[in-house]
Amino acid sequence: MHLGVSESMRECEYSQISTRSSTPMETPYKKRTPKKRKWEIFPGRNKFYCDGRIMMAKQTGVFYLTLILILVTCGLFFSFDCPFLAQQLTPVIPVIGGVLFLFVLGTLLRTSFSDPGVLPRASPDEAADLERQIDVANGGTGYRPPPRTKEVVINGQTVKLKYCFTCKIFRPPRASHCSLCDNCVERFDHHCPWVGNCVGRRNYRFFYMFILSLSFLTIFIFAFVITHIILSSHQNGFLSALKNSPARYPFTVPLVVCFFSVWSIVGLSGFHTYLISSNQTTNEDIKGSWSSKRGKDNYNPYSYGNIFTNCCAALCGPLPPSLIDRRGFVEADVPQLAPPTNGITIYGSTQSQQSHTCDQDQCIQSTKFVLQAAATPLLQHQSSEPVILTTSPENGGTLPGRASLALTGPCTSLPLGQPTPPTSTSSLSCHEAADNNPLQESLFQHHFLTPEEVPSPPGMLHCGSPMGHSHTTQAGFYDPASQDSLHEDSVRGLVKLSSV
Amino acid sequence: LRPCHVNASLANKVFIQRDYSEGTTCKFQTKFPSELESRIERTLFEDTVKTLNNYYAEAEKIGGQSYLEGCLACATAYLIFLCMETRYEKVLKKIAKYIQEQNEKIYAPRGLLITDPIERGMRVIEISIYEDRGSSGSSSGSSSVSGSTAR
Repeated sequence: MHLGVSESMRECEYSQISTRSSTPMETPYKKRTPKKRKWEIFPGRNKFYCDGRIMMAKQTGVFYLTLILILVTCGLFFSFDCPFLAQQLTPVIPVIGGVLFLFVLGTLLRTSFSDPGVLPRASPDEAADLERQIDVANGGTGYRPPPRTKEVVINGQTVKLKYCFTCKIFRPPRASHCSLCDNCVERFDHHCPWVGNCVGRRNYRFFYMFILSLSFLTIFIFAFVITHIILSSHQNGFLSALKNSPARYPFTVPLVVCFFSVWSIVGLSGFHTYLISSNQTTNEDIKGSWSSKRGKDNYNPYSYGNIFTNCCAALCGPLPPSLIDRRGFVEADVPQLAPPTNGITIYGSTQSQQSHTCDQDQCIQSTKFVLQAAATPLLQHQSSEPVILTTSPENGGTLPGRASLALTGPCTSLPLGQPTPPTSTSSLSCHEAADNNPLQESLFQHHFLTPEEVPSPPGMLHCGSPMGHSHTTQAGFYDPASQDSLHEDSVRGLVKLSSV
Repeated sequence: LRPCHVNASLANKVFIQRDYSEGTTCKFQTKFPSELESRIERTLFEDTVKTLNNYYAEAEKIGGQSYLEGCLACATAYLIFLCMETRYEKVLKKIAKYIQEQNEKIYAPRGLLITDPIERGMRVIEISIYEDRGSSGSSSGSSSVSGSTAR
């Protein structure tokens, strides 16, 4: 028994080391590692390049397709059609084409690479404060209330602000959470796979310029390729113009691409012109938020009244700076508040300034919190960061209900709703990242302080080895090593049950 | 930005939320939080928040200057921002300076500290309330962590 325990402790150390080196999202150990930039610990599902200067969505395949289509079509046009047209008609054609092409490329890259207006997630203290306020508003029950909304009156129109469970904030009006990028984005328009990024407040004008200039470019190329064919056919005959082997593709490829693009891109430009002139987002238009069909008094509170002002505001208005400060350095832990003395309720939490929110679905998050709740009673006499656990609204269930379902083994007898912060659980969770079990790995991917940063209370060591625990012992708080393995087992048990 | 008093430690944080009654423009609520009742005069607090609101309104104002800037930027393919700051950024710098000045003159002597909203994603104005401990406490940055390790 003892051998097994000491082995597990040794394994624990090894896996701790491997966790540190393998998981890139862990927060740095200030004493040893160099300072990290904030983009490296960004909780959303974005990809960063050039040391944080470029920010894109996770799936960029379609963006490369867009780029290739534009480059190939324009390349063929400039290499084969332009010399002929410059000769036959005027050299201004390639010049205009070139300018349009550069503008299209510039706006595309600007749209794709910039921050769309991502709202950074709430700091732990902010989240705790919001939770307290909501709790007070709901009468201080122990159960988490249904999805939270707040109503505000904007220019005479009542707008509901929704609470975002991932970002732990009340979304500002017109903001929306992009599930692909896992971020709340200000003035969220839509997530465009063609540009490989969300379209929001900060890059909407670039997006609009892109589709507008692309419409002009496709019409331009389409028109002049046809002109080339017509002129060629006058000289050599129609069929030979097309059959000309080296010249065949330069005709057909741009023609085909442009033909299909014209309808879609021009249509899209028209649609967005309408949206801009009425100061709506795609999101709002699709939902019919400001449609008169909803009610006689329903109007858009954000519109300036006339089309010209709306257009100017959208395209020439001030460009707000990025709120996420990608290239800033991660600073040392800022002072955190002590846990509240009257912590009755259990909510969701992030543990540190540099915590990462799990980039999995809400249900996985909620499972995590269930585990926290279950493991919380095992921890005594801890008081560091405030703990707030919650279940996600999508799963509907209240915390105690889920937890009771998930509880197994030694945890069943322990009551829920204890306010003691699971700082050690965080070390558990952190540690689990080293586990090869994909289920656990997905569940415990960070979100909490690293084992080093979590204060280790006496008797609550970092979790035991993730492998090879088959025993479920009773909660023996006197033995640190067995306590760890106990934690491991109960946590794993909960994980498996909760995932069902 | 933390107070230099070695003896002060963080007691509480108050969050001034955004006021969306005028739309999506950046504006903070001027409601005086009860936690600050004993710490600072209502008028001083309201002045600070109102001044900040005015600064943000100036940054986001849509008028002749912003249009000019927008059109010029578009014409130069936004390359002009490599050498020039946007108006918004200029105003943000002014705000940072103002907050620092307010902290030095008014808030720090009362054991309070305002955090620039830009560091909180423009969601809240975070006001930290510090208590004078008197004993040799560690700096507030490590108090929570070291405190629990001691246990």
